[in-house]
Amino acid sequence: MGLSCMIRKGVRPVVELLAKSPAEGLLPYAKGAVELSELALGKAASIAPFKGQLDAVEKALGQGFPKVGRTTGHVVWFSQGQYLAIAMDIPDALGKYAAITDQSDAWCALELKGAAAEDVLARLVPIDLRQSQFKRGHCARTQLGHMPLHITRTGNDAFRLLSFRSMAGTMVHEISRAMDLLAARR
Amino acid sequence: MRLICPVCGERDRREFYYMGDAVALQRPEPDAGAAEWDDYVHLRENPAGVTRDLWQHEAGCAAWIVVRRNTVTHEVLESVLATDLKGASA
Ligand SMILES: [Zn+2]
Repeated sequence: MGLSCMIRKGVRPVVELLAKSPAEGLLPYAKGAVELSELALGKAASIAPFKGQLDAVEKALGQGFPKVGRTTGHVVWFSQGQYLAIAMDIPDALGKYAAITDQSDAWCALELKGAAAEDVLARLVPIDLRQSQFKRGHCARTQLGHMPLHITRTGNDAFRLLSFRSMAGTMVHEISRAMDLLAARR
Repeated sequence: MRLICPVCGERDRREFYYMGDAVALQRPEPDAGAAEWDDYVHLRENPAGVTRDLWQHEAGCAAWIVVRRNTVTHEVLESVLATDLKGASA
């Protein structure tokens, strides 16, 4: 194999791959009172406790798991009977009580922040995200336009949005377009 | 139309995938006979009124649910997790 076939970093071929985040080169983007940026989730794994094993999973990890639509520390409710552990070490032994799947790099994670963040999302997400209904730490599985979405309120004017990595470009396009259209009306 | 997901609560219809009559939960035994299988596979009622259908909260928590609703008034009467029903009736 010639040097030209190898992965290059600068002028030299290297063995490590160059990491590329899902929305690399597309963000940050700011418009009006809102800013869209990419988040680095780091290590992420989905945990689906086997039937009747939620207690055992909680015990093994030494922490309680959230109710539907809530987050507890690094663990986020993710789907029916499924949780996402973000930036957590999952001991191999947990495999006895739950199906565990590495989700690192599988999701595009964005942050939408600013006074008009709720108004931007109101154009794309079919659930009520007002502060009175969707408080800090609340999360939901729903849609962003026609895409699957997991959304968490991370602050008074901040949301974390997760969608499939393969849809990162469309995700950024949809949100930035909604930001533009909202700003144009003000 | 809005449907109630027993896991997530009330959601817009666009989040759900429609499968059809909840008869799929009452699969006949393999030796039930041709008539019963024909009925199960092909024959459906098409009532103007209360129906009982299978939906999936596809763009939500992914749960399969059985929804009773009225096709005339669009009233949604009941919604139950298919896993709960299956355990109870199978
Ligand atoms: Zn649901």
